[in-house]
Amino acid sequence: MVTRVGVEVSIALADAVKLANPDVIAAYPITPQTHIVEHLAELVANGELDAEYIPVESEHSAMSACLGSAAAGARTFTATASQGLALMNEVVYVAPPMRLPIVMAVANRSLSAPLSIWPDHSDMMSVRDTGWIQIIVENGQQAVDNTIIAFRIAEDAKVLLPVMVHLDGFTLTHVIEPIIFPTQEAVDKYLPKNRFPLPLNPDRPVAMGEFAPPFIFTETKWAQEVALNNSKKVILKAWDEFAKAFGRKYLPVEKYHSEGAKVLILTMGSSGETASVAIDELRKEGMDVGQIRLRLWRPFPFKELREAVKDADVLIVMDRAISFGGPGGPLASEVKAAFYNQAKRPKVVNFVISLGGRDTTVSGFKEIVNKGVDIAAKGSKNEYEIYGVKE
Amino acid sequence: MAKSENELTWKDLEIGCIVEAPGSARRYESGTWRSQRPTYDFTKCIKCGLCALYCPEGCIEQNKDGYFEADMYYCKGCGICARECWPRVITMVEEVE
Repeated sequence: MVTRVGVEVSIALADAVKLANPDVIAAYPITPQTHIVEHLAELVANGELDAEYIPVESEHSAMSACLGSAAAGARTFTATASQGLALMNEVVYVAPPMRLPIVMAVANRSLSAPLSIWPDHSDMMSVRDTGWIQIIVENGQQAVDNTIIAFRIAEDAKVLLPVMVHLDGFTLTHVIEPIIFPTQEAVDKYLPKNRFPLPLNPDRPVAMGEFAPPFIFTETKWAQEVALNNSKKVILKAWDEFAKAFGRKYLPVEKYHSEGAKVLILTMGSSGETASVAIDELRKEGMDVGQIRLRLWRPFPFKELREAVKDADVLIVMDRAISFGGPGGPLASEVKAAFYNQAKRPKVVNFVISLGGRDTTVSGFKEIVNKGVDIAAKGSKNEYEIYGVKE
Repeated sequence: MAKSENELTWKDLEIGCIVEAPGSARRYESGTWRSQRPTYDFTKCIKCGLCALYCPEGCIEQNKDGYFEADMYYCKGCGICARECWPRVITMVEEVE
């Protein structure tokens, strides 16, 4: 029998890390991520988790320690958010080209200034091009599942890349949700031992992260790009086998009443569930509307996205970040790029919503859908709409 | 290495661009970066070796007569040796071709 446990999502995520049996955790606390690493520290201190916990002096050091640890062949975890991710940025870029399979949870929070501890996706977008595999979840169960899955993807011999699991700060990290925990036995079966192919070893020394002069740098970057794109096969297989073992299925683009719908709304992260309720109500009112949710941000699922919107005339894209002075939201910008060269493509309308923790409610999403349909028909002088700004 | 630098493709790279054999940096000709080169008036040289101590490239060694001289394969022409050489043995001149 499956038991659901009521538990704060941060704690649940930390317990999922414990189930993955990591060797090293190097982290620095930052709101709204703190409870994750706090609980891991507690588990290690209580002897419930046999791992090395490195309480570093900054996020820059956290990721630096993770590089060394992963290079030594240890299963490695860290977590951060917002300013912490920004401070870590330099080192975040280093892990993918060195092919170090680190797993990091990011409790998405806005970036200063002005100071805000509340959720949006500006931190996530600041690491868009770092070359990490990036999964974004919508609820606590998905956070737990994808944390375990992330280790399997990262350490797969065909991948060897770091993985970020994004979960919205507070909206997810600080709420108590009913969680189904997989058993240790089942996780051990699903998640093989980390067999990093070339761990740091005094008997067989190698140089890592070496200097690459212009004659070879382009080749190193292309090798990195190929590796990231090739990881998709393994991601799909890891999700597939997780579904077989645990009964919960994840896809790069997940669908909700989207088949055949003429109007679609695309969401990413925790607001997706609120949007789903709005979709239910709109459909009840007779509107031909559906939803798609992006689960995989990198590598970007071009094929699945194109397939998911093939019948739609209008696609309304929700962003929780602004690319200032640019095309609007970063997600909509990618989506537009994905369709530009397609013969048949929907009209894309972009809304920036829920910055710095402002809620977009069910009625808000209904308003957005109606407005989006209107803009798709009449056009707009704006590149994007910002929802709910007080004039 | 079987292939020359310019023949290497992205498929030849090891995972994570690791380098398995030591000494690969020795092959890299950093001397091509140079826009100035050091010239020497060894009549003033007291063989103190300060230039070699300060050289960031570590490419200055004593020649057969015991004078300190930069290896032009590696010398980037930064001029630190000339700056530090207090008997003024070293003068930097423009590198012409």
